[in-house]
Amino acid sequence: MEHNENKFLVGVYDDEDVVLSAVTNVRNNGVRIYEVYTPFPIHGLDEVLGYKRSGLPRVAFFFGLTGTTLALTMMIWMMGYDWPMIVGGKDFVAFPDFIPVTFELTVLLASLGMVGTFLIISSLWPGKKPLLFDSRCTDDKFIMAVDLGKNKLSADEITSILKNSGAVEVNTKIVEE
Amino acid sequence: MAGHHHTPVVSLDEQYVFQPKTRSRALLTIGIGLLLLIIGCFMLRSGGGNEHHGAEHATQAAGGAQHGTGHAAQNTEGAHQGAAENTVQPIAEGGHEFHWYTRLYANIWLNNIFFTGIAIIGVFFVAVQYASQAGWSAGFLRVPMAFGYFLPVTGVIMLIMFFVAKHDLFHWTHEGLFDPKSKEYDEIIAGKKGFLNTPFFVIRMVIYFAVWFWLFLVLRKRSLQEDLEGGVKFFDRNMFTSAYFLIFFAVTSVLAAWDWVMSIDTHWFSTMFGWYMFASWWVTGLAVITLTIVNLKEAGYLPHVNSNHLHDLGKFMFAFSIFWTYVWFAQFVLIYYANIPEETVYFLARLEGYGGIYRPVFFLNIFINFVFPFLALMTRDSKRHMVFLKVIAIGIIVGHWFDFYQMIMPGTVGAHGGFGLVEFGTVAIYAGAFALVLGTFLAKAPLVARNHPMLEESLHHNI
Repeated sequence: MEHNENKFLVGVYDDEDVVLSAVTNVRNNGVRIYEVYTPFPIHGLDEVLGYKRSGLPRVAFFFGLTGTTLALTMMIWMMGYDWPMIVGGKDFVAFPDFIPVTFELTVLLASLGMVGTFLIISSLWPGKKPLLFDSRCTDDKFIMAVDLGKNKLSADEITSILKNSGAVEVNTKIVEE
Repeated sequence: MAGHHHTPVVSLDEQYVFQPKTRSRALLTIGIGLLLLIIGCFMLRSGGGNEHHGAEHATQAAGGAQHGTGHAAQNTEGAHQGAAENTVQPIAEGGHEFHWYTRLYANIWLNNIFFTGIAIIGVFFVAVQYASQAGWSAGFLRVPMAFGYFLPVTGVIMLIMFFVAKHDLFHWTHEGLFDPKSKEYDEIIAGKKGFLNTPFFVIRMVIYFAVWFWLFLVLRKRSLQEDLEGGVKFFDRNMFTSAYFLIFFAVTSVLAAWDWVMSIDTHWFSTMFGWYMFASWWVTGLAVITLTIVNLKEAGYLPHVNSNHLHDLGKFMFAFSIFWTYVWFAQFVLIYYANIPEETVYFLARLEGYGGIYRPVFFLNIFINFVFPFLALMTRDSKRHMVFLKVIAIGIIVGHWFDFYQMIMPGTVGAHGGFGLVEFGTVAIYAGAFALVLGTFLAKAPLVARNHPMLEESLHHNI
């Protein structure tokens, strides 16, 4: 058995419709696709790749809820118990007064939390070396990467599957950790 | 297109048929409404006719819908209650003896404004789509485009109602207020005479309705002409007309809010009010558009309108429920915080005045128009399912009816308000009439604007 750690096959396509149908074709032939890189978003690509919807909205909701709780707890404790103050002749805990700050903290935590989570789950932290299989995917080519270490089929078999699905060229790339 | 893209099923000649069964259901709704209204009026007359003085008695006579809510005000601090009684005095005192039919007039006025809003928002929605060159909505634009036909109905009723009921609904229509020699003279209201006088008010009302309806007819006529001739000529012209309509509507929607609703509480004013009422109209209109489309789909029409389009309509309702809340709160919190008597009188009347009968509606308003749509429409799935959208749209429509209820009722019927047969009957009549007009005019043109230049984009809408 050849050593396939960090070894990728990179299929290059030159048409969005071809790569879209190729994904289904390649997956039906039992190949696990690592990722597809395109210069622009292609409608329906996520579905054919079998990606589930991201859980990011739920993360945002709970970050937002944390912001709401934090803001209300902070203001009720400060204004009501720690250092009660009469402002504008209102009650110590004047709920309507707290809404703007509550809103702001909710939005702040939801957005910062969402951005942070997104960067972490997408491995996009600062200083991270980008994984670029073929720089032409930022211009006019569509790249399908297949991780050989995660596939049972041989490199030759996968190459012919990619070629048959419409790839104009298939290259091999070793990714260094 | 690629293999996985299904060719959308679209029948360009699809025509809505207003089935006799649907029509009779609309007529039946009107009939039941009329019956309830008549019974309600007799009950009001026999109950309320003898009592002109005690709010207690009149409240009981008004259908008993608010039993027990009077306790709310009694539990608050004495000082507060005193303030509430003092501040609501001018409204009650400045008027006249209460007649049972004031409540009937107030209800007609309320529903007339509410349904005018739904009708004009149909036109507004179409204009926004044209002006922004939106493609996604092209496949169902004929649905809101039929709403505008209700404008003449509400316009005529509003004009007649103003002359019938102006002294009962609008305090500023009393001549004595403007006469320095009169006992009734009110310096503040006299200062508003340049704007709040009957001739100018009527002229404004006629202009709003005439221009709204005229521009609506222009947009619709061009769209129908486009069906026959094709090309982008009609789209381009509609785009310009829509832009002019939007400018005109931006001003007149605010003026209409001042005229028809804010001037009821004549002394009080709020610079947020125009936007607040527009926001209420807009989100109600979006909910009615969504509800109509879902109903049409359930009846087998509009097969090309799929969950992607529904998703966007759901986003619209979600976003503008929040927008309404934002405007409502912006108005409320500044008045609450500044605590200036001539401003707080408005919210005191709704929270503590008249034995607190409007307090439940005040809080219901925030719950059903903010908390409910905010939580229910938050997930993606809820915006893509017809049953969810239907329930939420109905909730928003009912909720904003109560929003208008609490804008109009305290200033007109005050302590004699309630929710009974009169309220329910009037809503039923208007809802039935709206369905009748909508169905009739929806059936008069194909459901799909076949030559709309953006139709293809709408058919492939994917989010």
